[in-house]
Amino acid sequence: MRWSKRDGAGERRLGGWLLSILFLASAFLVTGAPPEKQISIYSKAANYSLPVIEHGQDYVGLFEILEPLGTVRIKSEGSKWKLRYNDVDSEFTNDKKQAKVKGREIDLPANFVLEEGRGLVPLASLSTLLPRFLGGPVTFHENSRRLFVGDVAVHFTAQISKDAAGSGLVMNFTVPVNPSISTEPGKLRMVFNHEALVAPGSQTLTFDSATIPSAGYTEDNGAAKIEVTGTVPLFASFSNDGKTITISAPSPATGQAPAVQAPAAPSLPATPAETTPPAAAGARRYFAVLDASHGGQERGAALSDQLSEKDVTLALARRLRQELGGRGLTTLLIRDGDFTLTPDQRANLANSAHPAIYICLHATSQGSGIRLYTAMVPAVAQGRGPFLDWDTAQSPFLSLSQVAATNISAEFGRRQLPVRVLIASLRPLNNIIAPAVGVEVAPPAEGVSSLTLPAYQDLVAVSIAAGIVDVRDKLEAGR
Amino acid sequence: MIPRHLLIGVAVMLALVLGMSVYAWRMRRGATPTPEPAAYARPVAPPVQGPTEQVTLYVAYDDPGTLRAQGARIALPAGRQERAEELLRALIDIYLDKSSPHPLGQGSEIRNVYLVDPGLAVIDTNAAFSDTHRSGVLVEELTVASLTETLSANIPGINRVKILVDGRTRDTLAGHTDLTGFFDVSQMNQLVGQLQQ
Repeated sequence: MRWSKRDGAGERRLGGWLLSILFLASAFLVTGAPPEKQISIYSKAANYSLPVIEHGQDYVGLFEILEPLGTVRIKSEGSKWKLRYNDVDSEFTNDKKQAKVKGREIDLPANFVLEEGRGLVPLASLSTLLPRFLGGPVTFHENSRRLFVGDVAVHFTAQISKDAAGSGLVMNFTVPVNPSISTEPGKLRMVFNHEALVAPGSQTLTFDSATIPSAGYTEDNGAAKIEVTGTVPLFASFSNDGKTITISAPSPATGQAPAVQAPAAPSLPATPAETTPPAAAGARRYFAVLDASHGGQERGAALSDQLSEKDVTLALARRLRQELGGRGLTTLLIRDGDFTLTPDQRANLANSAHPAIYICLHATSQGSGIRLYTAMVPAVAQGRGPFLDWDTAQSPFLSLSQVAATNISAEFGRRQLPVRVLIASLRPLNNIIAPAVGVEVAPPAEGVSSLTLPAYQDLVAVSIAAGIVDVRDKLEAGR
Repeated sequence: MIPRHLLIGVAVMLALVLGMSVYAWRMRRGATPTPEPAAYARPVAPPVQGPTEQVTLYVAYDDPGTLRAQGARIALPAGRQERAEELLRALIDIYLDKSSPHPLGQGSEIRNVYLVDPGLAVIDTNAAFSDTHRSGVLVEELTVASLTETLSANIPGINRVKILVDGRTRDTLAGHTDLTGFFDVSQMNQLVGQLQQ
C-alpha cells in the first residue's frame, strides 16, 4: 500500500511542526539533564559510588550503602521496613522520622521513605546512623557527598623537584592512585573517583616555579579533584607503583639526549588531547619512542580468555624501555597505562618527540616467533614543498627503517628466535616522521601463555635493544 | 522524586506522540491503496555454469604464514566485474572449508566487487567478514594480500584495491591492517614476494 496525497500541503506542514517540536523536546531532555548526583563511600572493604535520590532533599538507599560492608537482610511489612546488618537489627517506618537501631530510638532529620521496597534515608542522617550499624566512626563530607568509613583517608604531599631532566611537581600519595586525567590550556586536572583522597592543609598550594605556579584541591559530587595550573603544557607520569605522580613540563631541547635516562622514566602524556601534544616546540628529545599498541577500550587481539594484546604490549614496552635505558638511550613510552589512543594521536605524540626511532609493539597468539614490519608506503615522498603527505610521511625514512629492522632481525636470529621482516599497512607506521619499525611478538613453541613469561619478554627486549644500539649512529645521523 | 525537567519532557513527548498518532491516522484515512507488484521483480543473477577456466588463486597458509599461488578451475561469467566476484568467492570458499589453511569466520562473504577505471577495484565484504576475522598483523595481512593478489593476477589492469566492509570504509580489518586507504598493487606484490619466502 502507498500513501496518496489529499489536502497534502497543510497536513505536511503540521507533521513538520510536530517533528520539529519532538526534536526540540528530545534535545531538551538530553542536554537539560544535570549530571547525576552521587555519593561515594570509602571503606577498607570497598570504595563505591551510589546514586542520590531526591525526595525534597537528598536520599540514598540504606541497603545499598551497607551491602558491600557486611551481611545485610531486609524485610518489608506494610509501612515497616526492617534491616539486619551483621548482628545489628533496625526498624524504619515509611514517612516517619523515628527509627530504631540496635534497640535504641533515633530521630532522622527527615522522614524515612519506602519506595518500591527500597528503604531510603536522608543523606544528612548518615553521620549519626551509620556508626550505630558499623560500630565505628564515619566522616561525612556532606557538601561533596563523600563518606569515609573508619580511617581510610588518603593523604598526599606536593612539592617542586628539580633534577637533570628539569623541574616538576612531585605528588606523593599514601596509597596507589589512579585518577582520570584531562588537560586544557594552562591546566591539568586529576579526578579521583575511587580514592579516599582528603584535602591537604591548604586547599590552594602555591609553588616557587615559573611553569607550575599553583595547584588547587576541590571536592564535588562524590569525587576529589586536583587542578594543577601551568604556564606550559603539562604531563603526568606515574611511578612508585602508582603512589607518585609527577607533573612536568617539557624541558628545553638540548640538542643531545642525556647519557642516562632520568629516573621515573615512565612518561605518560596526561591525555591524548590534541591541545596538548607531549613534546611541543622546545620539548625534550628522546632517542626512542615506544608505542604499546591498543589500550583502554581497544583490547587488541584476545590472546586467550584472560590475556589481551594490550596488556602484553604494555609489559613488553616497559621491559624494552628498561633495556634501552640501561644502554643509555632515552625513551618515551607513548602509552604507560590502560587508555585508548587513536593512530593519529599516537603518530602526533611520536612525531612531536622527534625520536631517532619509533617502535610499535604488537602481540599475537597466531604462529610463533617474531615479525618485524616497516611501513607499506612508496619509497619516494609525496609531500608538497616543506609539507609531507600524512599518509606517506614515513616515506623519506623508509630506508633507515629497513636498516633498523634488518639489524633487529639479525639480533633475534643471533638468539635463535625465528624472525621475519615484512612490510605492512599498519598504522601509524606510515605517519611517523622517523625510522619506524613494528614488532609483532608471537609465542615461542610452548604456547600463548609464554608471551607473559619474563624470560621470553627479556629475550625479546634484549634483542630489539641490541638491534637498535647497533645502528645508533646511523639513526642519530638521520635525525 | 522524579526531576521536574523529566516530567515536563515526558509530558511534552506524550503530547507529541498523541499528535503524531492523530496526524498518521488522518493521513492513513486519506490514502488510497495501490496494487502491490505481482511479484518481486528484481533480476537475480543466475548461478554460474558452463565451461571452467584456469585461474590462479593466492591462498594464505597460517602455518607458516605464507601465501601460495594455487591453480584452480572455476566457472567464470563473461563480465569482468562478475568474474572478479566469482574469483574472490572461490577463494573465500577455500577459507570457509573445514580444512581451511587460513580459516575465516562463518558467514564471511564477498558482497560485490566494483571495477572502477582507471585500475581501481573495490571489494565490498559483508560485516561478518571483518567482525569474525582473527586479530593480528600477519593474519590480517595474509587475508588482504590473498584477496588483492588473486584479483590483480587474474583481472588485468588493476592497480589499486580498496576494501569495504558492508559498503563502508572501516578503520581496520580486525584491529591491525589499515583499511582506510587504497592498497597499491605494486606494493602488495612486494609483500606477496615476502610472504612467499
